[in-house]
Parts: sequence; C-alpha cells; structure tokens
Amino acid sequence: MSAVTLKNIVKRFGTFTAVHRTTLEIPEAAFVTLLGPSGCGKTTNLRMIAGLLDPTEGEILINGKRVNDVPIHKRNLGLVFQNYALFPHKTVAENVAFGLKYRDVSKAQIAGKVRDALDLVQLPHVGERYPKELSGGQQQRIALARAIVIEPDVLLLDEPLSALDANLREDMRVELKRIQERIGVTTVFVTHDQSEALAMSDLIVVMSEGRVEQVGRPEEVYNTPASEFVANFLGASNILAAECVEHGKAVVLDEATFGRVAVPAARAPNLTGTGKAKLVVRAEKLLLARDPAPEGVISVPAIVGTVDYQGQAVRYFVRAGEAQLQAINMIDERPFAAGEAVHLHLRPQDCAALPG
Amino acid sequence: MGWQAIRIWTVLVYGFMFLPVAVVVLLSFNANQFGSFPMTGVSLRWFEELWNNDAVMRAFRTSVVLGLMTAAISTTLGILASLALVRYSIPGRNAITTLLIAPILVPEVVLAVALLLFLNWLGIGKSFALLLAGHVIFTLPFVILVVQARLVSIKRDVEEAALSLGASPVQTFFAVTLPLMLPAVAAGALFAFTISFDDITGTLFWKPGGVETVPTQIFSMLRNSISPEINALGTVMIVMTVGLPLLGAAVARKLAMKGGS
Repeated sequence: MSAVTLKNIVKRFGTFTAVHRTTLEIPEAAFVTLLGPSGCGKTTNLRMIAGLLDPTEGEILINGKRVNDVPIHKRNLGLVFQNYALFPHKTVAENVAFGLKYRDVSKAQIAGKVRDALDLVQLPHVGERYPKELSGGQQQRIALARAIVIEPDVLLLDEPLSALDANLREDMRVELKRIQERIGVTTVFVTHDQSEALAMSDLIVVMSEGRVEQVGRPEEVYNTPASEFVANFLGASNILAAECVEHGKAVVLDEATFGRVAVPAARAPNLTGTGKAKLVVRAEKLLLARDPAPEGVISVPAIVGTVDYQGQAVRYFVRAGEAQLQAINMIDERPFAAGEAVHLHLRPQDCAALPG
Repeated sequence: MGWQAIRIWTVLVYGFMFLPVAVVVLLSFNANQFGSFPMTGVSLRWFEELWNNDAVMRAFRTSVVLGLMTAAISTTLGILASLALVRYSIPGRNAITTLLIAPILVPEVVLAVALLLFLNWLGIGKSFALLLAGHVIFTLPFVILVVQARLVSIKRDVEEAALSLGASPVQTFFAVTLPLMLPAVAAGALFAFTISFDDITGTLFWKPGGVETVPTQIFSMLRNSISPEINALGTVMIVMTVGLPLLGAAVARKLAMKGGS
C-alpha cells in the first residue's frame, strides 16, 4: 500500500495554476524526492500533503485514508523546514519534547524519547541549550529530531539542506539518509538540487511548471530522461535534432554530427515510431581523446573551444562540424587546450532518444 | 566652538522641557505651606496629606482600576485584531487598519465629543462603562501598532511547525505565538495603562458625575488654589507614568534576551 497518494490533485491560486492535475503514489518507507526549479509546484504539493494548503481539486490519501478534511495537527506528520523553525523561547529538549506533549506519552517516557532522538541525530549533550546557541547544521538536526520523535506516518522535508553551507550540506545529506534508513519512515523530500536528489532518493519525481515530468529511480531519470526538461535539469545534456530511421529492437537515429546512432530501445521508451526525434547525449558521456575510437564506438573529429577547468573534471565546449557541444570529462593530467584538434568518442548505448 | 554652542543649546532645550517638572517634584518635598519657593525644609508632609485626603485617594483608586481594565481590554482586543490583520487575508485589510489607528490621528476633543454625542443619540447616559469604552478606543491603536509590528517578525514557519507536531491552532497560539510576542504585549499593556492613567481631555467629557480620576481631581483642585498637595500628587503621577514604562522596557529587554530572535 502507498503511504501517500495524490489523486488528480489541482491547486489554483486565483487564476494561477500552481499544480496541474497530478497523480502520485509514494510507497511505504521510501525516500521520495520532489525535484524541480523554483515555482514548479513541488513545495505546493508538500504543503498540501502536510495540510497547510487545501487542494482545489482531487484527493490526498495517507495510509489509505482520505485526509482532505483532516487538519494538519491531526495528520501525524513530521515537518522540517528550510529555516529550521525551532521555537526560540524553548530549550532544545523542550523543542524536541513539544510534539509528545500533545500525545498520550508519560513524563518519564518523554524524557527517554527525547534522549533517544538527540542520540539519533548525534547531539546528545545540547538538551539544556537554546536554539540560537547552536550552529545552523546543529539546529537542523534538532529540527529533524523534533519531527521524528513523534514517530510520524510521513516525514516531510522542505529544502532542509538549502540554508547550510556546501561542506555541511554534504555531511547532512549522508546523515539524513542514514537516519531515514534507520527508522524506515516514509519520506517526502523537496529540493531543487539534483545532486541531493540523485544521492538520497529511492524515487525521484521531476516536476516542471506544476506538472510531473517523470517519476523513476535515480538511475532511471538520469539515464533515460522522459523529456528534454529532465535531460537538461539532471546534469548537462546535448539535445540534437535527429531522424529515427529504424524502430525495432534497436532504435536507430540519424543525426548530422554523429551519423547513425543505435540507441537501446530501453533508452527510448517514449519514441513510438520512425520520423522526427531527438538524440540526447550526456555531457559526461562525450569523451575527448587524442586518437580515433576503436570499433563499436562512434568517433568524430572536433576542435576544442572554451575550457572550464574544475580540478578533477573539465567542462569543454567543442565544435564538431556545425554543432556546438559540451562535454564534461574526468582528467588526471592536464586538460586539452583551446584550439586543439581532438576526437569525440561516444558509445551508442550511452545515448537516449526523445520524440522530436 | 560649534560643538560648544550645540552643547549649550541642548542643555537649554532640555532645561526648557524638564525644569517645570523638576520644580514640581522639588516643591512637593517643601515643608512650607505655600507651594512655591523659597523652600524652607524637606518634608513628606504633603504626601501624608494626600494619603489622608479621601477625595484624592478615591480618584487614585478609580484611575488605577480604570487603567488596569483599559489595559486588559485593549491588549486582548489588540492581540486579536493584530492576529486577524497579520495572519489572515481579510478583505479591506488596509481600510480596517486605518480605522483602528484613526483614534490617535483624530484630535482627542473631537473624539471625545463624537463618542458622547453618539451615546446621547443612542439614549445611553454617562457611566463608568462609557468612560472605560472611551479609554479603550483611545489606547487600542497603540497596542495594535506595537503588537502588529512584533507579529510580522514572528515567522509563520514556527507556528506551522507547532501545528504539524499536533498542537491545535489555539494551543499553538498559547504555546508559541503568545510567548514570542510577549514583549510587545507587555509594552502595549503598559502604553494602554499609562495613557489611560494620565488622560484628561476625554475623561472630562466621559466621566459620570461624582467620579474623578487623578488628572480630573488635580484639575478641580487647581480651580480652588495651588495647594502643595497638588505638587505631591504631580510627583506621584510622574513616578507612575514615567517609572512604569521604564520598568516595562527593562523587563521586555530581559525577556527578549532570554527568548532570542
């Protein structure tokens, strides 16, 4: 059974439609990420699940029960905000104990549960302090402890890592995932950061302009983007106009720069037949090399344009015939210089195809 | 040279503002039976006379009761109005805010006469309740201005977090919102009390016969003579209306420091 179900949800604010008819199943104990740029409706969906917003149309089910008319304080959800939202006038222990006071839990049990929750987020000694005495990362751990101590049916995380600085964010990412797996709570995570989504999720829901673009496991949405938007939002892609000339066990695309490319059928699920199509070439899969490629790998001569050196990786902008392409390569020595003549290597099985 | 001139000017301005007050306070401790200089000795005689003056003590009690009731009602109404105006999108919000703030923009005499005429038209006579209502109308804007400003700075997130943890909207208000806006609530209540306590214009219009507050009592005593008792009463008023807000500000600062944000 799904922990959370959205059935034909529509949310309008006046004349503006924030969420277009959306249906979504969130499986029990899964870590599901709503991913998209700001304004795509991901936070609106989260707030509707939380009960902070009412859907204009459609039904929301939690553990199979319709909750449209259940107010937020009776939904038993854990909610973590971008800005922590700790109670500044209460100590850390009082913050964590807050939700337990409204449940049937004895004083002695509360103390024990608060201790366990603080242990779980690895901050066992801060109970007597006030939130403002803690760092941002610590405050967010406390906010997490406060949300999970009530043993919520669903944990809702609204960009919880965005307010932290880069290093801390990566630590918290690992930490958050560890805690989620440990307690096995169904989690809905909202973010605009694709690397967070790819690293943490069991399932990613890519959204754009109030619509769900694709739902899939991280490697699915990454390798087999269902739309141009998904291909561009998760990593960098070259999207090239092509012609599908064969649609069978292999899907063969004819493209101006790379010629005939045999894309695996699994990588072209939305392409229904021959005709206009788009070839998706991930920047990470386009390899620059000094020599032509061996048999079975497409090889195209190119000239290096701009070089964007990033340490372990380099982002190249190259010209191959008429096409401007970008490639992101790992390197261990010096990168190619601008103006150098190179060969682009591309394995057909790394490509994906979209309808034209 | 320039700075010296500014310094002297500043001292003169302050002197102009506060010397009369200082004179009243000083003379209230004068042993002489005339409320004027030269002082003949230091005494608490006039305070003692006040204590034994039934009319003054009655006026004092009336003022304190009136002030406390005004503060309680104004603060309660002010909190409710602020919550409605800040937390809910109600149609005509700006117009309502303006209307609620209007009593401090309208000259007090106009307000006083208007309320009286209105009550007359309704056929309701003067009463203590009318006096109280007048003071509430007059002090409510101050409470709303202070509480609203504070409420805007309290993030909705914090309340939403409390709701998500199982607190009902009412429980959320008492457990989170009210404690966070307590400094503003206390300041608003103090404003209401002190404004009510030393109001005279409106009070003169609204008070029923036989009821005196401290300011109207002083006013009627002045008609007979300038008794040194008035100086003593003035000193008590100054201590109450200046001392209370100062005390309140200190307490608010303490609360704010503890509560953070």
